[in-house]
Amino acid sequence: MEIDVSNHGLVPKHTKISDAEKEKFLSSHSLSLRDLPKILITDPAIVCINVKAGDVIKIERVSMTAGTAVYYRVVVNG
Amino acid sequence: MKSEHQSLIESYEGKLPLLVLEEIKEALPASVSKEKVKRILDETLASYTAAKINPGECVGLVSAESIGEPGTQMTLNTFHFAGVSEMNVTTGLPRIIEIFDAQKTIKTPMMEVYFKKEANTIEKVKAFAMELKETHFGDFASSFSLNIFEQTLSVEFNMSLLADHKMNTKDLLKALKFKSKGFTAEATTNSIVFTQKGKPEEIKDLYALKEKVRVTRVKGIKGVKQVLPVKRGEEYVVLTSGTNLNEVLMLPEVDTSRTICNDINEVYAVLGIEAARQSIINEVYKVIEAQGLNIDIRHIMLVADIMCVSGVLKGVTRYGVVSEKASVLARASFETPVRHLINAALEGEVDALTSVVENVMINQPVPLGTGLPGLITKLK
Repeated sequence: MEIDVSNHGLVPKHTKISDAEKEKFLSSHSLSLRDLPKILITDPAIVCINVKAGDVIKIERVSMTAGTAVYYRVVVNG
Repeated sequence: MKSEHQSLIESYEGKLPLLVLEEIKEALPASVSKEKVKRILDETLASYTAAKINPGECVGLVSAESIGEPGTQMTLNTFHFAGVSEMNVTTGLPRIIEIFDAQKTIKTPMMEVYFKKEANTIEKVKAFAMELKETHFGDFASSFSLNIFEQTLSVEFNMSLLADHKMNTKDLLKALKFKSKGFTAEATTNSIVFTQKGKPEEIKDLYALKEKVRVTRVKGIKGVKQVLPVKRGEEYVVLTSGTNLNEVLMLPEVDTSRTICNDINEVYAVLGIEAARQSIINEVYKVIEAQGLNIDIRHIMLVADIMCVSGVLKGVTRYGVVSEKASVLARASFETPVRHLINAALEGEVDALTSVVENVMINQPVPLGTGLPGLITKLK
């Protein structure tokens, strides 16, 4: 049985961003996908949101210093 | 709060962190003109911008120093009694090392199990704690006796202990999932008798059976060695020694949003890389706070980010974070230099000298601060 971890206090909100948003985000920071931090496709936090390798996940962290901090990770095959 | 102030403050979202804006909102007196609010926000933005780290600043080095220096004052005590509980907790430097090295087996694995509101009464929590604890067949037995002539192994039980767990011998036998070939088992009110079917000379098997059933888990969750219900604020929480986050989270009574464990690797496996990062920060901060040290949380965040950047939890060791470094010289400067250099030579590795350590070694400007940007000259 798989447990839904998305409501756990330690797990921030993970959302997949659309391809258009992805392009915009990458070009506005002049980044390539290789420069982004990674997240495995098998990660428990993203198994229930249908993703494939190369997708960018937007993570809204609850931060002690900034309130909400946005972080991006690229999905990679483990 | 007037709506015009509200919208003015909202227009600064994106420029200032939300937490700062919240703070300003709370601190504003009721009667304040719009111009003054604007001035407050502009002043805040100016000092926020001034406090931002410049590109090329060596934040890692600053973090290393900021954690390392107070770290020298940390106690080396491994054990200490945490409050009312009688459980040992690893604290101080050994715990910090454990977390930053992302060690697979930690010295004192623990869980904090929270409950849903409807299950949060002292009786229910106590009963649940009993359910959690891993109990072996042998824990209930008061005596084992081998009868060589009749080829039987009879087990007597501590009946009051069984009653505490609301079990009887039949339940025990069922929980044992008795599968061993060549034996029959029979339960009476206060004992279980195993009878061997084979020839008399196979008495060794009977002895092996005894050893096997003794350590068979009949109740509870694997890995949970000790349980302790405690009151925290208005509710009851069960602290456990020994962890099994995955199975505990599957139980219906458990509040799955708050139940945590202190084993970072387990958090990573069950909840993912982001939860592991948050867990590292929380656990390190707990130690630092307990020691009365003052380390800015941003330094710990940076270390946690580095440990989690590859999507896999990596410790700050030569097998983890350091092995990710592109430069041979940088890796060799950390630990086991000769081995790194020999391997690099065998593989024909090329060092592009793009980072700090290798440039320090060969006496070149390091790519930090003003050394980071290059100059481009327009040729005529």
